[in-house]
Amino acid sequence: MSADAGTAAGKTAAGRDAAETSRKLGLPDAGPPRFASLDAVRDGLHDVGYLADDSISGVVYLADRLAKPVLVEGPAGTGKTQLAKSVAELAGARLIRLQCYEGLDESKALYEWNYRKQLLRIQAGGPGETGSGPAGTGSEPAGDGEKRGPSWKELEEDIFSEEFLLTRPLLEAIRSTDPVVLLVDEVDRVELETEALLLEILSEYQVSIPELGTVKATRLPMVFLTSNNTRELSEALKRRCLYLHIDYPDLDRERAIVRTRVPGITEELADQVARIVRSLRTLELRKPPSVSETLDWARTLVLLGIETIDAAGARDTLHILLKYQTDIERAAKELLSAG
Amino acid sequence: MLDLLSGFVTELRRAGLPVSLTEHLDAAEAVHHVPLEDREALKYALAATLVKSSSHWRAFETAFEVFFAVRTGGHGVAGELDADGNEIDQDAEGAAGAGEGSGRGRGRGSGGGEAMTPEELAEMLFKSLLSADDALMNAVARNAVERYAGMEPGRPVGGTYYLYRTLRNLDLDGVLAKLMGQAQAGAPGGLTDLEERLAGDEYKVRIEKFRRAVETEIRRRLVEDRGAEALARSVRKPLPEDIDVMHATRDELAVLHRVLQPLSRKLAVRLARKRRHGRKGPLDFRATMRRSLSTGGVPIEPRFRHPRPSKPEIFVIADISGSVASFARFTLHLVYAISSQFSKVRSFVFVDGIDEVTRFFEGVVDPAEAVARINLEADVIWVDGHSDYGHALTEFHRRWGDQVTSRSSVLLLGDARNNYHASASWVVEDLQRKARHVFWLNPEPRDYWGSGDSIVGEYAAHCDEVVECRTLRQLEHFVGNLA
Repeated sequence: MSADAGTAAGKTAAGRDAAETSRKLGLPDAGPPRFASLDAVRDGLHDVGYLADDSISGVVYLADRLAKPVLVEGPAGTGKTQLAKSVAELAGARLIRLQCYEGLDESKALYEWNYRKQLLRIQAGGPGETGSGPAGTGSEPAGDGEKRGPSWKELEEDIFSEEFLLTRPLLEAIRSTDPVVLLVDEVDRVELETEALLLEILSEYQVSIPELGTVKATRLPMVFLTSNNTRELSEALKRRCLYLHIDYPDLDRERAIVRTRVPGITEELADQVARIVRSLRTLELRKPPSVSETLDWARTLVLLGIETIDAAGARDTLHILLKYQTDIERAAKELLSAG
Repeated sequence: MLDLLSGFVTELRRAGLPVSLTEHLDAAEAVHHVPLEDREALKYALAATLVKSSSHWRAFETAFEVFFAVRTGGHGVAGELDADGNEIDQDAEGAAGAGEGSGRGRGRGSGGGEAMTPEELAEMLFKSLLSADDALMNAVARNAVERYAGMEPGRPVGGTYYLYRTLRNLDLDGVLAKLMGQAQAGAPGGLTDLEERLAGDEYKVRIEKFRRAVETEIRRRLVEDRGAEALARSVRKPLPEDIDVMHATRDELAVLHRVLQPLSRKLAVRLARKRRHGRKGPLDFRATMRRSLSTGGVPIEPRFRHPRPSKPEIFVIADISGSVASFARFTLHLVYAISSQFSKVRSFVFVDGIDEVTRFFEGVVDPAEAVARINLEADVIWVDGHSDYGHALTEFHRRWGDQVTSRSSVLLLGDARNNYHASASWVVEDLQRKARHVFWLNPEPRDYWGSGDSIVGEYAAHCDEVVECRTLRQLEHFVGNLA
């Protein structure tokens, strides 16, 4: 116990030194640690219903200590997005989610000037209602016959103020004063050029807006990027991130996942489910069953009141686990043939 | 530690992983934050900072096992029998707790140099597998290596041979059969097929785990013998995309098959995007005006029409004789995976006769199935089943030559090793006149071209380009540029 405390104290001292150096180097300061230790992360995630293995909890812990984003890759349905949600829950932070899609651009991801409002403002002519704060409201309306309106310079400053700025998820995550977890989902769906938008945020935690200046993060958000690997991400992006590959869980973990996420399942059934799914994954299927499909299947079995899976029961419910007819046929042939 | 890390990073770079300086720095910092005595944590910290692609994981793992095996794993690696014996003893004690009463005595016995009998060893292996007892399993692995591998100090080998020798003596297939028998007998009323299958898979997983334990043990001893860097050199494996397709071993081919599907999917997605977003078409006046209504008639956002670039028609003519068969299969697979990028793909395979195989690919979701059928059903033998490019090309020209038009691109695949038959290069010349492009993909290294019975030079004169295509990386690059 005392040895533990000793190392902990040593670590915080080391952490302070590191913070000092990184400030000198202009690196983002990691700030106070969100998690006490590696084990705290794993147990914490477990408490919010996410069963992390050592690699997952290790990377989450490092992401916090190194103030680096995490790039999560892996097959579909293995809990990549869920990880970000669970970490947000664990850290008591708000989750800001940017769903990526083809054609996403900076006006949807970062910020956008509110053209319509700016046009209205210019057309309306007179000094801004709220441009100089609420104090200006109605105090000197239509002054002493000064009908020329504001000069162009004032107007320009006015229409490029924060009032006319529409914040999008990335900027919102940076400006937020309360703790946030930023999730950039399916980052492989955006084009290579758009990826570059993320780079400034990921390495410096800041956004440069030409008309306004640079917005720096007051509190570093934790950032998760998920990718389904439909294309190779750029080296520049990968270099800035920690990399985490989440694969299908092993037998024990999958069984534990089934038991925590499916209420009312018996131990034997969970064990059987996990083992059948593992066997299915060794077959050459077009789409091996994912964890979420395993959970769906387990829930179905519980709802149907099936206590132990026999060949007939498995065959009737296999379509929940597998989504291609050829896969279903092959699985039935291999696993349940003479059953 | 920093020296060790630098050596490790250098080794990763040698193995082909792109590790940048920043990543190296990150790794150095990450190491500060994990408890050093925890080997797994160290591994994940390094993996998270240094490895940025799942296909590089295997190379990383190999290097990690070599570099961090001795320092963290073994206190008794000085080679003293006593230390070794103590280690085994501890392991066996763990086993004893799990109900293996005699484990302790045996462990000590082997540590002292007088190894247990083969029967005892087999018995212990069987027990450890049956009860999934990791500690016992590791102890058995250690003993088995000690006994069977017959390792000679100083030999510059990667350990595969020792692994083979150890496992041959243990007869894992026999053990599996025995385990299955046990499971069958243990269940009241026998097992159903499903249960049997599940039990079998479970035992296979355990045996695989044991195999890895043996491998780790062998590697540990090798590192001890020759040092990490020397060993790393001999166990280094090429990344999947760099494996030479023509000379791939069966394991490597399996790896290639696994990466082929994601690769072709990526390629298809990339090309589809390039097509859609590559350039903008002419201004769409109507859409721009409609759009401007919301900004009071000021056209702020111009709209453009979608471009419709023409799609080429592809003729693939592939040699599928023994030597280059797997290469042809990979190419056909890739080309069909992106067939939506072409107006039409027609494929022909030959050895000394030639046959059109386009029909196999029609209505098939997975190109792999069609490729498998080609091997069985295509009619490609004319006389003796040795490559005859001359006859195959002449035949192609006679039967399908007039269908090649200025919208077609022709891909010829093969090593052009013609067994000293006539080349019939006039066919290629004629194809080049008619078609938009003629490419030749040669799976041999450029240095071998034109040696022996290779007559690629004769054809090259009439091709737009002859491309060396030995690895998936090169192949992907070529096919990507084609569309």
